[in-house]
Amino acid sequence: MKDPVLEIRDLNVDYGLGDQAVHAVRDVSLTLHRGEVLGLAGESGSGKSTLAYGLTRLLPPPGVIRGGQVIYHPAAGPAYDVMALSHAELRAFRWAETSIVFQGAMNSLNPVYKVSTQLLDVIRAHEPRMPASARLARARELLRLVGIAADRMDSYPHQLSGGMRQRVMIGMALALEPQIVIMDEPTTALDVVMQRQILRQLIELRERLGFSVLFITHDLSLLVEFSDRIAIMYGGRIVEEAPAPALYRDSLHPYSDGLLHSFPALRGERRELTGIPGSPPDLRNMPTGCSFHPRCSKAFEPCPDRVPVLGHPRTPDGRTRTVACWLHPATG
Amino acid sequence: MTIRETPAAPTTEVVLEAAGLTKHFPVRRKLRSLFKPVRFVHAVDDVNLTLRRGRVTALVGESGSGKSTVARLLAQLYPRTGGEIKLHGQPTRVRGGRAFRAYARRVQMIFQDPFASLNPVHTVRYHLTRALRIHQRAGRTPADLETALCDLLTRVQLTPPERYLDKFPHELSGGQRQRVAIARALGADPTALLADEPVSMLDVSIRLGVLNLLRNLKERLNLAILYITHDIASARYFADDTMVMYAGRMVEGGDSETVTQRPAHPYTQLLIDSAPDPDQIQGGTGSVPRDAGGGEPPSLIDPPGGCRFHPRCPAVMPRCSTDLPPRLEIGDAPGHWAACWLYDPAGAAPSGTPAAREIGS
Repeated sequence: MKDPVLEIRDLNVDYGLGDQAVHAVRDVSLTLHRGEVLGLAGESGSGKSTLAYGLTRLLPPPGVIRGGQVIYHPAAGPAYDVMALSHAELRAFRWAETSIVFQGAMNSLNPVYKVSTQLLDVIRAHEPRMPASARLARARELLRLVGIAADRMDSYPHQLSGGMRQRVMIGMALALEPQIVIMDEPTTALDVVMQRQILRQLIELRERLGFSVLFITHDLSLLVEFSDRIAIMYGGRIVEEAPAPALYRDSLHPYSDGLLHSFPALRGERRELTGIPGSPPDLRNMPTGCSFHPRCSKAFEPCPDRVPVLGHPRTPDGRTRTVACWLHPATG
Repeated sequence: MTIRETPAAPTTEVVLEAAGLTKHFPVRRKLRSLFKPVRFVHAVDDVNLTLRRGRVTALVGESGSGKSTVARLLAQLYPRTGGEIKLHGQPTRVRGGRAFRAYARRVQMIFQDPFASLNPVHTVRYHLTRALRIHQRAGRTPADLETALCDLLTRVQLTPPERYLDKFPHELSGGQRQRVAIARALGADPTALLADEPVSMLDVSIRLGVLNLLRNLKERLNLAILYITHDIASARYFADDTMVMYAGRMVEGGDSETVTQRPAHPYTQLLIDSAPDPDQIQGGTGSVPRDAGGGEPPSLIDPPGGCRFHPRCPAVMPRCSTDLPPRLEIGDAPGHWAACWLYDPAGAAPSGTPAAREIGS
């Protein structure tokens, strides 16, 4: 096993306070290893974006982190808890250690500034002593890295196409050579052809620069192809985590299985698909026990009463994966 | 009052037909360009398509390819620049008023976003009653109306109907809302449904439920459905026929299975190669789709001459940039055609042309 770069331990995130609080993320523990692409999949409302914003402490009110630790292991030096950082330390931590490409990143660029201004601004804020010429050279290099000609430096965002803006955003995320890049639905607004090009480029860059990626999406078929490990979230909890091929071949949790069978196949035999019956749970009114049990075809006696614990299942590859389901009770 | 429920006869009756459908939107002029000629966005050019009873026709394309414009032209929501729309063989051109109502009774549209297409201040009952009243299907007595309402909700599998009738849109999930939107469209008792990305705003796990519902309705009510999507895999799953659109023009069409398994046009091949494929685990290493244009569709204000795909096409030939390719039969399955010079029987293509190929070869 490779060494971890980010360890999330029992993270809990609420929206609101007191009795009215909605528990959006519950007891999530997840480890991101050095140089790996970890996919985080789930439906809307499953808490996947909240988890990403929570662990970087970017959550706007009424979002509250109710508990848990996020242990970050820098390239050199001792590990520390992100939740315990002061504002000044957070400022240094963000972007330089962990950067985010936001959902709808195409609209995250400021329309009234040139691309170069926005790129240089990041570098200046974090490395104020760097000479201007070096900053400019670095900005050019970043654009080249993501496949944009350096003469587009002086373009305004509206002069670039959606795909190019997305590449600029990825370039900006890499500006300070972070250890971790969090991508929140980075390609949902793009067409499939562009999506594939950008993802391939991302994988190449990852191999070259060695950062880790936390890739959040609802498109599980995309994750199976592009990530090393996949974690599936449902109702604010991680319900299954496994290496991508293992999850695709034999998923243990009925929800993962249902999700995998919700995508019509483009190749191979044409089969009748059913999707998952029912609707995603209402976070204000979560079912008791396993939150998936009202929609689960395999629900049995303990499911409505007791919450299953995420643990290693008793399968031959049980040490490499975890699942939270009463069908696969955790081993000791 | 009963809702027509003819047994699914194996008819191939044409419900809606478009020939040479064209739409150009004028580009707004600024003061600076006031005295220059008006320029146009060539959103849709020369589109031919037929919707048949009891069949689903998919229209696949990237954003900006003009597929939604086609739906809106077919629904007569936009006046068309050129071409003809025939409903049951009758050429029609309506501009609002009674004629539009009569047309809408036959051809209904389902929109992409059920969060926006239902009025948040009104209940499900109001939405459906209005559709029934407008199309004179509400019956004479309140009891008739109630039966009709329950009937509609049962049809879209929102049961028991009493539980949903007095809900507001915000009390329903996305899938339930889209079902209400479908019920509202069925309230007019149409013969054709135009579904513009009906599931792309819904959660992954409930998309299939809505698609299966639409298929079920097609079979029970013998509807003609136009299914507009950017997801070619769902077209394969749901549609009988598939048409592919690129930059305002149709580039390929035929039986869904043939189009997705043996794509003929280089654009369709690129589209299919780019779709996520879980069987190709740890991608980025697999076959690289060839795309000379960096994934960018062309400007539609000044579209490329000849075939609009030629600047990106890996198999481009000199004539592609000058001559517009007509629909050419591929010959591997009846009705499979592509607008591409590679399939010109006159043999202008050089030897060793990549013919329609099997996926994965």
